[in-house]
Amino acid sequence: MAVAVAADAVESQRIFVASQWQLMWWRFRKHRVAVASGIVILGFYAVVLGADFLAYADPDASEAQRSLMPPQRVYWLDGWRFGPYVHGVKGARDPQTFKRVYVSDPSQKIPLRFLVEGFEYRFLGLIPSTRHLIGVDGGLDANKTIFLLGTDVQGRDLWSRLMYGTRISLTIGLLGVTASLVLGVVLGGISGFYGGVIDTVIQRVIEILRSIPTIPLWMGLAAALPREWTILQVYFAITVIISLLGWTELARVVRGRFLSMREEDFVVSARLVGCTRLRTIFVHMVPSFMSHIIAATTLALPAMIISETSLSFLGLGLRPPAISWGVLLQQAQNVQTVAISPWLMLPAVPVIVAVMAFNFLGDGLRDAADPYGR
Amino acid sequence: MLAYIGRRVVLAVFTVWAISVLSFAIIQLPPGDYVSSYIAQMASMGSVVTDEEAQNLRIQYGLGQPMYVQYLKWMKLIVQGDFGMSMEWKRPNTEVIGARLWMTVLISVAALILTWILALPIGIYSAVRQYSVGDYVATFIGFVGLAVPNFLLALVLLYLGFVLFDAHIGGLFSPELQDADWSAAKVWDLLKHVPIPALILGLAGTAQQIRIMRANLLDELRKPYVVTARSKGLSESKVVLKYPVRVALNPFASTIGYTLPYIVSGSIIVSLVLGLPTVGPLLLKALIAQDMFLAGTIVLLLGVMTVIGTLISDILLVWIDPRIRLEET
Amino acid sequence: MDGNLGGGLRPEAADLKGEPLLSVRNLKTYFAQDEGTVLAVDGVSFDVAPGATLGIVGESGCGKSVTARSILRIVDRPGRIVEGEIHFRRPGANGGAGATVDLATLDPNGTEMRSIRGAEIALIFQEPMSSFSPVHTIGNQIVEAIMLHQDVSRREARAQAIETLRHVGVSSPEQRVDQLAHQLSGGLRQRAMIAMALSCQPTLLIADEPTTALDVTTQTQILELMRQLQQENGMAIMLITHDLGVIAEMATDVAVMYLGRVVEQAPVDAIFHDPRHPYTRALLRSIPRIRRRTRERLTPIAGAVPHPYNRPPGCPFHPRCAEFMAGRCDRETPVLKPVGDRHAVSCFLYA
Repeated sequence: MAVAVAADAVESQRIFVASQWQLMWWRFRKHRVAVASGIVILGFYAVVLGADFLAYADPDASEAQRSLMPPQRVYWLDGWRFGPYVHGVKGARDPQTFKRVYVSDPSQKIPLRFLVEGFEYRFLGLIPSTRHLIGVDGGLDANKTIFLLGTDVQGRDLWSRLMYGTRISLTIGLLGVTASLVLGVVLGGISGFYGGVIDTVIQRVIEILRSIPTIPLWMGLAAALPREWTILQVYFAITVIISLLGWTELARVVRGRFLSMREEDFVVSARLVGCTRLRTIFVHMVPSFMSHIIAATTLALPAMIISETSLSFLGLGLRPPAISWGVLLQQAQNVQTVAISPWLMLPAVPVIVAVMAFNFLGDGLRDAADPYGR
Repeated sequence: MLAYIGRRVVLAVFTVWAISVLSFAIIQLPPGDYVSSYIAQMASMGSVVTDEEAQNLRIQYGLGQPMYVQYLKWMKLIVQGDFGMSMEWKRPNTEVIGARLWMTVLISVAALILTWILALPIGIYSAVRQYSVGDYVATFIGFVGLAVPNFLLALVLLYLGFVLFDAHIGGLFSPELQDADWSAAKVWDLLKHVPIPALILGLAGTAQQIRIMRANLLDELRKPYVVTARSKGLSESKVVLKYPVRVALNPFASTIGYTLPYIVSGSIIVSLVLGLPTVGPLLLKALIAQDMFLAGTIVLLLGVMTVIGTLISDILLVWIDPRIRLEET
Repeated sequence: MDGNLGGGLRPEAADLKGEPLLSVRNLKTYFAQDEGTVLAVDGVSFDVAPGATLGIVGESGCGKSVTARSILRIVDRPGRIVEGEIHFRRPGANGGAGATVDLATLDPNGTEMRSIRGAEIALIFQEPMSSFSPVHTIGNQIVEAIMLHQDVSRREARAQAIETLRHVGVSSPEQRVDQLAHQLSGGLRQRAMIAMALSCQPTLLIADEPTTALDVTTQTQILELMRQLQQENGMAIMLITHDLGVIAEMATDVAVMYLGRVVEQAPVDAIFHDPRHPYTRALLRSIPRIRRRTRERLTPIAGAVPHPYNRPPGCPFHPRCAEFMAGRCDRETPVLKPVGDRHAVSCFLYA
């Protein structure tokens, strides 16, 4: 009846000599959903790097004639071979409503090609290239382009814009979280380590900030940005605005860790052995809560993403010609538009997926970091 | 206990002060001052503001003087109930905001109550029946609730309602009763329309609370006093509800205070999507039109409302947790 | 209560009635975990006579607590009783003998089991601090126990609770009854716990390491109290501990457990003066003697308790046994066999 564990006696010994990070990795690996989320997120950041490669149309090229076209259906089999293609479209006018209507034109078969030539870009800002993942022959010819996800009201291809939007949405999140992290660790650390009056003051400040409804404030601050600022300036300003309120959560976590660790025997013994304060903090205390910080930071990202998306959705954050998920969603602001062109809501999908993925990943990291967990 | 409440009140006062400063900053941020935009606006309408009038206005609003003086003047006006004029609407701000503020309060409170009503039983069930199908479903819905921004949810629901049911879910009143005078029928109509926006608003908070409740309860369920209770012969449901739930309720209750700002925040955007007659759409329009006095006033009022709500929840927390009553935590 | 150490009568063997109050037969409680199944209790059998005190002795992890919880059917999931019988003789009307019921067959959350739990069999714990709810008063919890099993009003129950607290030696019970657990000292808390357990006059009290968390003087007082209450009520005690000193003082019979099995069972004198099982012998040898010369080394038991997933085949003690017989002890599992008057051993030395 007894289970024999003897077979990997050597294996089980490894547990005793593994480093903290190896232990974390082993525990993290067991949490399959978290691992899957991690892969998804890596995928997202691959898109961030390779947005140009993955897009096939110039995201800013507007074409009034192709306004609000629905996504095209991709036919995967040409006869019996694997040969994806789409039908061309013909524009026509609906005789009753006089609205422009697009009908798929089966006589035109536009085959999809992979790794084709398209518009020019610079990979990573350095290497010029014209290769794109998907496209059609003679891709720059306006009449024969494809629209995998349809177009927006100005006739711009949604798929390509989505690729570029990912870039901005995800990097704002990273920058914002970094700023929050710095603020949170510094203030939370001071608060937790020194305690006393400093701690009380910082704690009260945090409490005050947490009781203020954030969105009205953000809206106010964002609306106050001068209209003349460049996209880049607006981008950074938005990041600063978002992280100004987001650092409180991280500060709380850091402070909590410091407070509980100050009393731990191992810290006291480090001081007794003769470690300087600095050494105690960085060599003994910090590694203990590094993992918690990583987990908390990962969990703070989704809030950043949602914040930027919300602000841009309202038209107060990033504005065109900048492209982010929020800016894309701005087109889907009311029911009437959405009812006619539901594909405009598609940018919501990466938002939801990214947020969920970050949440799962953060949860997995947090569980893996906790030495007392099951 | 009184000391505790006293501390919370003092903190609330400080928070209101901080919010007023921030609101004031928002008002002051855009370039140019109120009077010059006022003059420009008057000019565009064809009227002329004389220099003397402009000067008087400047003095009245304390413009041209140091910031803190202007701030104090503004505060004085506010305390007297004068919230200034909306440039866009050309009416006193109190009129413009009017009933919308109460609508915001109504929606927010409804969302808060809904959050509690949903999160508590689902969280308890999830913890007691850990790893069951129900637990996984609840956890999943929780994650979805956290991941989907509430305005997107509103949008999707609107779309579905429109397409599938040919119905207009938006708004807080049916079209017929929109501008009618208040009557029993109107109140009932309002109540019928409140649940969906409240649900959308509260979903993320509910998801959060479910996770917190579940985690806390799981911790408590392992503790010895639960075994004691069981060993006395109590039925399983009584054991769970009377003891670990009661203890897990404390950290749970302390999170209400922070859910309210979140809900109030969220109501802004959701109101926009759903077309609710609350403060949200008004704020956005004000900001876009650079009607800063209106915007600042709205931010201030929202903030104050939130602080009051948080204070009330803190007092309720004291009632729940006897340990705070007896000593300072 | 007056420091009368070792005083008070313990029921002699001849005084005990024929039928045992509690009879456990071949109890097996297993925990199914991801990494394997833990055989926490693997074939335990013993009897508790009415009014007697059975001491259950063993190292941590030998299954003592799980046995206690199995009897009361409050084993935490994923633990399950997979085999065995737990015969309990319920008190009948007018104090006579009632029906015998097999607790292992009852629904743990059903009315019958719940009416036995707390009223006829009570359990007290090692850590009185964490065993009381932190947010309910002591009185609230005692009154709850009373009203659960007796048909009285809340006021009567409260009066009863105060009386019981006074009886177990809690000072100013009228005030104490409205206090929270953390406001009482360790000794008072344990007394309060005893008061709660005894509030419904159980016939069997299971005490799971009741004095381990207390200092020595308090320990003595609590044991005195238990003995006194036992005399008054004629209740049986199942005393679980790893402290042989407590056993020597309180028990009439002793069952020694190792890795989920009873390895030896005997009246207390026989255990101390005529231990048969190598484990019992090693345990007794390892106790520091006050009269020995101070230069001698202590004699611990060789080896360590095996990992629950790594149970040795055959006799569970054989890797550490001084009298290990190769070929037999590591192949076959011994069972309890009588070797004397109410003395049984599970060892091939005596089979």
